[in-house]
Formats: sequence, C-alpha cells, structure tokens
Amino acid sequence: MAPRQTPKNASGNTHAAAPAKLSVQELDFYYGDFQAIKKVSMDIPANQVTAYIGPSGCGKSTLLRCFNRMHDLYPGLKTEGSILLDGQDTHASGVDINLLRARIGMVFQKPTPFPMSVYDNIAFGVKLYERLSRRDMDERVEWALKKAALWNEVKDKLKTNGQALSGGQQQRLCIARTIAVKPEVILLDEPTSALDPISTGYIEDLIHELKTDYTIVIVTHNMQQAARVSDITAFMYLGELIECGQTDQIFTDPEKKQTEDYITGRYG
Amino acid sequence: MNPVYRRRRTINRIIMAASLLASAFGVIWLFLILVTLVSKGVPALSLDVFTERTRMSGGGLGNAILGSLIMTALATIGGTMIGILAGTWLAEYGGRSKLANTIRFINDVLLSAPSIIIGLYIYAVVVLPMGHFSGWAGVAALMVIIIPVVIRSTEDMLLLVPNSLREAAAALGAHRWLIVLKVCYSGAKAGITTGVLLGCARISGETAPLLFTALNTNQWNFFNMGSEMPNLPMVLYQNMTINSFIPAQVSLAWAGALILTAAVLILNILARVSSARSQK
Repeated sequence: MAPRQTPKNASGNTHAAAPAKLSVQELDFYYGDFQAIKKVSMDIPANQVTAYIGPSGCGKSTLLRCFNRMHDLYPGLKTEGSILLDGQDTHASGVDINLLRARIGMVFQKPTPFPMSVYDNIAFGVKLYERLSRRDMDERVEWALKKAALWNEVKDKLKTNGQALSGGQQQRLCIARTIAVKPEVILLDEPTSALDPISTGYIEDLIHELKTDYTIVIVTHNMQQAARVSDITAFMYLGELIECGQTDQIFTDPEKKQTEDYITGRYG
Repeated sequence: MNPVYRRRRTINRIIMAASLLASAFGVIWLFLILVTLVSKGVPALSLDVFTERTRMSGGGLGNAILGSLIMTALATIGGTMIGILAGTWLAEYGGRSKLANTIRFINDVLLSAPSIIIGLYIYAVVVLPMGHFSGWAGVAALMVIIIPVVIRSTEDMLLLVPNSLREAAAALGAHRWLIVLKVCYSGAKAGITTGVLLGCARISGETAPLLFTALNTNQWNFFNMGSEMPNLPMVLYQNMTINSFIPAQVSLAWAGALILTAAVLILNILARVSSARSQK
C-alpha cells in the first residue's frame, strides 16, 4: 500500500509514491459559455486505479473525456490549461490526436460493439497501427479476449456479430478491444452502470487485474464501486475538484466537509 | 361489464373493421391487376419473346429487354456511386450547414419531381445538343431519378448508426474517413442496399423519361450507347397505343408487362430480404 497522499495541487507540489502518468494542470473546460471544469489540478499515478466520484453534472465525465481529447470531435468546446502524459502536454498544438488516443484508450458507459464480428471488433483497432499476419492477429485477439475474461465465452463464436452478445459480454468485448491496441492508460466512463451485478463483478475483478499493466481512470456513480476498485479517489462537485487522496482515507477520514457529506449520503 | 371498457371495446372493433375493409379495398385492385397481367401475359409468353427482336408483325421483346437491362444497370451503377457519396457527405460531414440543408431541400424536390419533367430536362441538355436520341441520354435521365432515392436512403441509414459507435472508433484512434468506411457503412449497408434495390425497381419501369431520351427502336442494340436504345416500357406504350390495331403487338405488350412486373417484384422481394437480414 502506498503511503497517504493528497495530490491536490499542481503536479510540482504533490508527493505521490508512484510516478505521475497523467498530470492535470489548471484545467478549465467550457461547453460554449458554460464552464464545466474549473481550475482542476491533480496527478494520476501510474499503474493505479484512480476513481472520480461526484453527483451528476459535476464534470467528472467531462474531465475524463479531456484526457483523450474526445471533445475535439465537436465544435464549440474549449479547453484551457494542460494535461501532461509522461510529462508531455497532450493539448499542445502539433500533437497527433489519433496517436494520443491510441495511447489512452476509452470504454464508454453503454457498450459500443461495432456492427461486425467479435473478431473484427478487436482487429479493427489493432489494424489501425499494426500490420500483423493472420496468425499474429489471431493470437492478439485471443490474448485481448483472455485478458478481458471473455475468451471462454466467445471462443466458439468469434464470427458472430458483436452486437448479438449480452450486455455484460459486450462491455467486456469493448474492454478487450481497448486492450488489444496496447494503450498505456485506460479510461472507463461508468463502465458498469448499464450492467447487472454479476457482469459488474466480472468487470471490477478485471480492473484489479489490469492495473498491473495499465494506468486506469474510472468515473463512477457508485461510491461502493469506487471504494472497491480504486487506489485513489477524487471527489468533484460543480466542476471543481474538492478533494483527492488515498481511497481508504477519502472514505474513512475525508479532510473536507463537502466530501464527508457526499459519501455519507447527506447531499440533497 | 364496466361500461367505459365496453364502449372502448366497441370503438376498437369498429375501427378495426374499417381498417381491414380499407386495406382489402386497396389490395383487391392490386390483385386484379396481377390477375389481368397473368391471364393476358402468360399465353403470349414463348421462347421467341426473349430471343426475337420487335417487328411490325409481332416478333419478340429480346432487344427491348436487353436495352432496358443495359440502361437500368448503368444508371443504377452510376447513380449508386454518386448517391452514396452525396448521402455520406450529408450525414457525416455536412451536418446542419447551409450548404447541406440546401442540398437536402433540392434532393427532396428531385425525389418528388414528375419523371416527365426530368425527361424533358435531359432532352434539352443532352439530346438537343447531340442532335439525336441516345442510350446515354436515357441513362442520364434514369440516373437523375435514382440518385435522390439513393442519397436519401444513404443519409437516413447513416444517421441511424448511433453516435456512440463513432466516438468509440475515434477513441481507438481511427481517422474520420476510416470510421465512416469501416464502422458506419457496416452498420448501414443493409439499409443502403435496400434503397438501391428499390431505386433500381423504380427506374426499371419508367417510361416518360425515356420517351424524350433513349426513344425506342425495333433493332438490336448491343451497347451502342450513342444511338437509340430499345426498351421495354416504350414497347409497351407503343404496342398498346399506336399499334393497338395489330393483335400480335398487343399480346406481346401484355407479355412485356408481365416480365416488367415480375422484375420489379423480384427486386422488391430482394430489398425486403436484405432489410430483414439486417434486423437479425
């Protein structure tokens, strides 16, 4: 267990035990005139699970989508400040956005299998960056599906349409698809909110296993989930980062009154 | 029994009976048309109908069938390429921009434009400058008819592909064009195919646009696109009106009508099957 830490300032002032994989610095984000994120600064340590909690509309998903610059898909959205990935500013001009997204994978709230076979769903992302022989691709698909704990369920139906799987299987397929590209960071945007408890359990176990190889950032509505899966928890409210620290500390002994009110369910 | 429920049930029965009667009324005419076509067309069918060319004394429909196939196929291929490209631009890139909305409006107008107007237009811009009727002019007129059908179905089908799939593909680091090509098209291909097949069925029976463009001829025309092109709808029209005093011509026209209907029916069934497949 890493020592207690409260990485709540800009990266220079933090004392995280693990090196910072991502560093958010003075980040502001605007939907048109509405400021959804206000001066957020924090570090996300490598090979740990960082969870964002907070009420709906607090900006946690918006912040997550800043990490892989998902907002660039839509006009009228503006980001100020910076996010460093291994010390390099991801929002600097000249950064290739597609290469960035290959390093920072994302899994969405609702499962998003492509309308193609299970195999092609996984091969799609791999083919974007690598030219593999048929055999190497078979191996990569199997590796990703095993890593996502889905192989045993789909090994006989790799040719069936990915959209024909159950909701929980679809979400694991999407995780496998993200892993197959071999990213460094995996962003999970409420990955289990559309799933039943058993599928949720699978995915939470998966998150535990994945953190040895990847840095994981998860947004969740479910505080128990944050407590179960994460090492670091960050509480956001109305676009501001209220508090950020070791998960057991946030849930047992938060520094801020607002955090305590939220985790004890006293927010009206 | 509860009076409110009884009243509701009575109204339901009356409306249900009225709906059934209305649909039966529509279907009866369709059925009668098919019965007439079969009863008058089948006796006129023979191998000669498919192998002989049209003659004053009767002959066959071979040249007209071939000409119709050539023009319909070329117009479908050309119209599909242009229509899919334009529909893709509207759905994926144009958005709500002024240009896109203008194109959508014009496309809707074209979609409902009387086909005889389209024939006249091609007559003015292609036939008059060239100085003679031609297969190319016929293909052009048919293309103007099929393009808006394909544009509309391509755009509608692409808009049905959920945006979350585009985001998911972008999150893997795919370029925009690749997302459209690999993800959006694989979600929309069944619907687009249906649109193309229905458009093809529509143009295969069009007469008015060919009247001013390909005209007709009783000679064989093997891909000589620069001259008049024989075609089935025009043969029907001529044999049933101008040549209606020759019984052999009239019965040949019925055979042609049957063949044309069968072709359209097959295309419609194919379209149904392909859209049913996509729902699986």
